[in-house]
Amino acid sequence: MNTGDTGFMLICTALVFLMTPALAFFYGGLVRRKNVGNTMMACVAIMGLSVFMWALFGYSLSFGGNHGGVIGDFRWLGLNGVGWEAGPYADGIPHLVFAAFQMMFAMITPALITGAVVGRMRFRALVPFIALWSIIVYYPMAHMVWGEGGFLAAIGSVDFAGGNVVHISSGVSALVLAIYLGRRRGYEHTSYRIHNIPFVVLGAGLLWFGWYGFNAGSALAADGLAAHAFMTTSISAATALLSWMLIDVIKNKKPTLVGACTGLVVGLVAITPGAGFVPTWAAFIIGALVSPICYFGVTFIKQKLKIDDALDAFGCHGLGGIWGGIATGLFGQSSINSVAKADGLVFGDTQLFVAQLISIVVTIAVAVVGTLICIGIVRIFTKLRVEPKDELVGMDISQHGENAYPAFNGFD
Amino acid sequence: MLIKVEAIVREEKFEEVKAALNAIQVNGITVSQVMGCGAQRGYKEIVRGSEVDVVMQPKIKFEIVVSSEEWEKKTIEAIQKAAYTGEVGDGKIFSYEIRSALKIRTKEEGYDALQSEYE
Repeated sequence: MNTGDTGFMLICTALVFLMTPALAFFYGGLVRRKNVGNTMMACVAIMGLSVFMWALFGYSLSFGGNHGGVIGDFRWLGLNGVGWEAGPYADGIPHLVFAAFQMMFAMITPALITGAVVGRMRFRALVPFIALWSIIVYYPMAHMVWGEGGFLAAIGSVDFAGGNVVHISSGVSALVLAIYLGRRRGYEHTSYRIHNIPFVVLGAGLLWFGWYGFNAGSALAADGLAAHAFMTTSISAATALLSWMLIDVIKNKKPTLVGACTGLVVGLVAITPGAGFVPTWAAFIIGALVSPICYFGVTFIKQKLKIDDALDAFGCHGLGGIWGGIATGLFGQSSINSVAKADGLVFGDTQLFVAQLISIVVTIAVAVVGTLICIGIVRIFTKLRVEPKDELVGMDISQHGENAYPAFNGFD
Repeated sequence: MLIKVEAIVREEKFEEVKAALNAIQVNGITVSQVMGCGAQRGYKEIVRGSEVDVVMQPKIKFEIVVSSEEWEKKTIEAIQKAAYTGEVGDGKIFSYEIRSALKIRTKEEGYDALQSEYE
C-alpha cells in the first residue's frame, strides 16, 4: 500500500467526478433557455443513478470475475469484499479507491449521451434508458477493455483512459438515439440555439481541469506515467483549441468562443486512449488533427445527413474517440507503457494498429446493438419523445414544472 | 396637444440618443430593450461550422411624450441625427397623439403633467 498513490488517486477520483457537473454547464449553455434545466437535470440525475448502480452491482459486473471476456459477475455485490486492502487491479491503493475512481467514469459516460437528445426526449424515458444502457453497454465495455480477462485487452488493443469505453461508446449510442428520436422542431431553420456562452466556457474549463484526473489518474499511481499522461493531455487540448480557432478564422474570418471551447474538448477526447502510450510529440499531431476531423464531421452529420445530434455528442466524442483510438495505434510505444505489447504503425509494427481498429469496430457494434436493445425495452413502457406541445412549451416546464430563470427579467 | 414619440434604434446608439435628448432638455424618457426585425433580417452567426439564423435583432426603444408639435419636431430631429449610421437597420421613429397624461404624485394633468420643477 502506498499512501502517496492513494492520496493522488482519491484526488483524481474527485476530479473525474467534477466532469459531470462541468458537462451540465457545457451542455446547459449550448441549449435554449427553455430547455436548460432539463439538460442540466439529465447530468444531475445521472450523478445519483450511476453511483447507486455502480456500488450496488455495476462495479462487480464490470470488474469482478470474467465470463467469456465480456462481463463480470456478482461476486462484489454491494461492494461486498471490496475493502481497504489492495485489489487485483492496482497494488498501491485500496481496492475501494479503484472502485471509486472507476465509478466516476461510469457517471460521465452516459451523461455524454444526453447531449444528443436535448429538447425532445421524455425525462421518464431518459432515466430508464440510462440505467439499461449502463448495464447493457457500459459495464460490458469496461470489462472487455479493462476487466480481468477482458477480450479487447486480450487481443492486444489498449485504451489508456477510455477512448473506446467512454467516448466511442457514448458517441455512437448518442447518434443512434438521435436518429431514433428525430429532429427537434425548427431544425430546418437553425441547428444551434445557444443561450449562455459563459456557461459553455465554465463547463469546458472545468472539463479540462477534471480531465487531468481522468487521464493522469488512469496511471493508477503518482508516478512518471501519470506525469506523462498529464503532459500529453495538456498538449493535445491546447493544440486542438488552436487548430479549431484557425479553422474558424479560415472559414469565417473570426475565431469563436464556442469554437475554442469545442476545440479544447475534442483535443481532450482524442488524447484519452493514448495519453499514457504515445510520446509527447505525437500529442501535438493528435490535437492538431482532431479539430478538422470533428469540425467537418459535425457539419457533414448536421447538414448533409440531417441528423440532429443536437450538441454533437457523436461529432465530438464519437469521432474524436475514433481518431484517438487510431492515433494510439499509430503512435503508441511499449517503451512508454509496457501494457502495449507492440509499437504503433509509424514505428513499423502493425499488430497494435490492427488491434486498435478491431477494438473500435467492436465498440461501435456493441454501442449500436446495445442502444437499440435499450430503446426497444424503454419504448414498451413509454414513448421516448415528448408531445409536440410539450416541446414547444419547453422541457423545463413540461418535464419538471420548473423555470430555470424565474427572475431573468427581474420580475420575481 | 400631447404627442408620443417612439424611436427604435440600434443598441449601440443608446448612449448617443440619450445624450442628444439631454442636450435639447428632453428629460422624461422611458427606455426598453426590445427584439425585432425589418429590412435587416437579422445577422449571421456561425456555430461549429453551421450557420445559425438570428432573425430577431436586439434594439433599444425610446418612448418620449412631448407637449407640442414644435417639441415633437425637435425630438424627432435629435433622435434621427444621433441614431443615424446610413446602414440598413438604423431603426424607425413613430409619433402619435395621446389622449391624456396624469402625474401620479401631484395629480396634474395634460401639459402640466409633463413639466419638471427642477429646471
